[in-house]
Amino acid sequence: MNETPNGRPLLEVDGISVHFGAVEALDRVSLDVPRGEIVAIIGPNGAGKTTLLNAISGFYHPVEGRIVFDGADRTYLRPYQVAALGVARTFQNVALFKGMSVLDNIMTGRLLKMNGNFLLDALYWGPARRQELEHRAFVERIIDFLEIQAIRKTPASRLPYGLQKRVELGRALAAEPQLLLLDEPMAGMNVEEKEDMCRFILDVNEEFGTTIALVEHDMSVVMDISDRVVVLDYGRKIADGPPQEVRADPAVIDAYLGVAHA
Amino acid sequence: MSAPGRALVRERDTFPKLVRINAEQMPTKVAIREKDFGIWQSYTWRDYYEQSRLIGLGLAALGFARGDKAAIIGDNRPQLYWSVMATQALGGVAVPLYQDSIEKEMQFIIDHAEVRFAVVEDQEQVDKLLHVKRQSPHLEYVIYDDPRGLRAHGEPFLMSLEQVQELGKKFALDNPTYFEDEIGRGAADDVAIICYTSGTTGQPKGSMLSHGNLILTARNAAEREGLGSDEEVLAYLPMAWVGDHIFSYCQSIVKGFAVNCPESPATVLHDLKEIGPTYFFAPPRIWENILTNVMIRIEDAAWLKRKLVHFFLDVAQQIERRRLLRQPVPLWRRLLYPLGWLLVYGPLTDNLGMRRIRLAYTAGEAIGPEIFVFFRGLGINVKQLYGMTESSGLISIQNDGDVRLDTVGTPLPDLEIRISEGGEVRYRSPGVFLGYYKNPEATRQTLEDGWVNSGDAGFIDHDGHLKIIDRAKDVSRLADGTIFAPKYLENKLKFSPFLKEAVCIGQGKPYVTAFLNIDLAAVGNWAERRNIAYTSYTDLAQKPEVYDLVHQEVVRVNRSLLEDEMLCGAQIRKYLILHKELDPDDQEITRTRKVRRGFIAQKYAPLIEALYSTTDHVGVEAQVTYEDGRTGMIRADVRIREVEPLTPEPAR
Repeated sequence: MNETPNGRPLLEVDGISVHFGAVEALDRVSLDVPRGEIVAIIGPNGAGKTTLLNAISGFYHPVEGRIVFDGADRTYLRPYQVAALGVARTFQNVALFKGMSVLDNIMTGRLLKMNGNFLLDALYWGPARRQELEHRAFVERIIDFLEIQAIRKTPASRLPYGLQKRVELGRALAAEPQLLLLDEPMAGMNVEEKEDMCRFILDVNEEFGTTIALVEHDMSVVMDISDRVVVLDYGRKIADGPPQEVRADPAVIDAYLGVAHA
Repeated sequence: MSAPGRALVRERDTFPKLVRINAEQMPTKVAIREKDFGIWQSYTWRDYYEQSRLIGLGLAALGFARGDKAAIIGDNRPQLYWSVMATQALGGVAVPLYQDSIEKEMQFIIDHAEVRFAVVEDQEQVDKLLHVKRQSPHLEYVIYDDPRGLRAHGEPFLMSLEQVQELGKKFALDNPTYFEDEIGRGAADDVAIICYTSGTTGQPKGSMLSHGNLILTARNAAEREGLGSDEEVLAYLPMAWVGDHIFSYCQSIVKGFAVNCPESPATVLHDLKEIGPTYFFAPPRIWENILTNVMIRIEDAAWLKRKLVHFFLDVAQQIERRRLLRQPVPLWRRLLYPLGWLLVYGPLTDNLGMRRIRLAYTAGEAIGPEIFVFFRGLGINVKQLYGMTESSGLISIQNDGDVRLDTVGTPLPDLEIRISEGGEVRYRSPGVFLGYYKNPEATRQTLEDGWVNSGDAGFIDHDGHLKIIDRAKDVSRLADGTIFAPKYLENKLKFSPFLKEAVCIGQGKPYVTAFLNIDLAAVGNWAERRNIAYTSYTDLAQKPEVYDLVHQEVVRVNRSLLEDEMLCGAQIRKYLILHKELDPDDQEITRTRKVRRGFIAQKYAPLIEALYSTTDHVGVEAQVTYEDGRTGMIRADVRIREVEPLTPEPAR
């Protein structure tokens, strides 16, 4: 495995469990996300993939186990604190500001980078103006990167689903995250949109060196782009390794296809 | 007007020499702009020269020799135009390729032209060329402009334009005058570019055009049309097409005007609005697209606005129609026009980014009269021109104030036209190409004693205007001897906003039939308004409601044929809407969207058979090629509809 300069993965999830009442959504799941890699978390419906992502980004707090980010324990942080640490995410059901333009939506991703001064901002003067220009320039780089120049000024709600997903990725990138969490980035897309999205994920990883953890339903897509695959089933981890190994793992085949293999 | 046979002076006989002069005489004037990161970035003529110089020196450092060829592939980008100029400065030849070509097509041209260097836009092109390179003995270096997604590649033959320019800087330390010396060695007769024409039949042919061909053609046209150094053009058509080369490279350099590169292919119409060009070129397809967009948007407007727009557009078109036919315009219409300008034409042209246009062209195919009249009615000076790669892009242009519906204007200065006994247009000019690269056989057939056989049937009318009927080999007859001009019919069909492509069949057959492609955007929009659900193109195309819609269009075309005695026997009697869109990837149409009849006749033989039988539907399977070269199958059941022939009414 690619170890980091200081010898530790960027994110270590160490035996976490999440319960909803009597339901054990996650049962002592551990995984490492090494710096600079793309790690995919896959599994059938209800396997606990999104719960895991929500636990990492601070929406849920585990009843046991630890989450270590960048060498420090981050188990009990709130979502905004996690975001401030450099973790950005996208959602399974697109969560854009519907009435706002693509540009403004991505701009909101810069929020944590802005040091607002109410008066100066209102006057658009001095440092406020300089800051606004810098952020806009950064957002334009993302727009260029994601090839969405043509929809810069279009309200998010008027975009087809595939593009909304791309804009959401753009907003996450605007936060310049160290770790990018993608929740089913390819859900509901057609083949061409999926291929585009794969390309963007690989490019983000390569261009910005962003570490990526993604949850995905579609196994074939994941195998092509990830360095490592973690498989969940009924809240437990059943496999963890390079795609080729995981693909051949009988436990994984069972989970996906039922137990009828010869 | 220029004197015939004017030669070029030695100091100004190649494009690199001209760019150098521009850089000296107007160093701070904007030569080219590109919209990048949402902002228009401008480069002056001094930048143009300096950037090209560094690219050229970098290529020299990599071993570029005189006569070498460099493929140029990508959307219109300043860096790619500079690369053309850099190549030419070193005595090399630029070979622009269509950016949407698939690997196989690129492979053919790169092998055929023995291309050593390829300068491409981005990873998409690099991916294709990496495959091509594996099998190509000639291709040595692949150079890209946009490094995105390419940093991980470690191949030594793959590098960015920036790295090449760095090499150039180092090379210049030891060879400070190398670039200038090489420019000095260039001459008018050197091959400047090889333009591979997509060709409606067989393998593409590479037309060799010299600096002299292009400079004289560009200059003659610019002078006749009164182009100045303050023009603004939008470079958005493929660089591989001779038209873009003439407008965005040759004329820009010759006259010193500014070229604007859009942000991405998807933003062209928006960028058009921001730039507001003064000089604009579009093939009929684009004019049609803009018109369709306008019409769709008008339908979405409030009732009053819609009525107002329709009323005034109608006034404008009535006036323009009469003007084109040289008929008097009634006074009341003339009085209404200024009001229409205030309320409709002005705001509309402004919104389209066409308000500043002094000069606009359409060519490549015949334009639907209704489209032509629409834009001219808005006060946009659209003119038809005629040209081909072999003539350096231009042959004839309509003069200002002498524009007609059915001609392609009068010959350029220094260009002679003759009509052969078989009715084929032949021409001779300083722009006539040097021949097809490595294809003496084809050259012999096309080029005779300096005269080019255009392959188009046409004639010169009594006012000296050239009229083109069709491709000489496409004008044909039905089984009973009735004259049948398929393209003429197809163009009439394609004027319908609902139809995107049409292929008419009838040579040696008892009657005329047609394959149609609906316009997915327009018909899809129409279907949505009527709550007609559909899943895909194939599904929508076969809806009975859509056939009803299209039927009216076919009847309209048949009715318009009644006006012409000679052609009224060639009415469309049966048609079908194809289950898939004709696509250059499937080789059904060329990259410039010309129908490849032979190929279609072969591929769709069962459909044609069905059109001449009594059946009313036919099952088909078709192979489609995806952008990445993979193939898949589409199966569908296609309906066939009959059309009642119309007879001319005895008296109206």
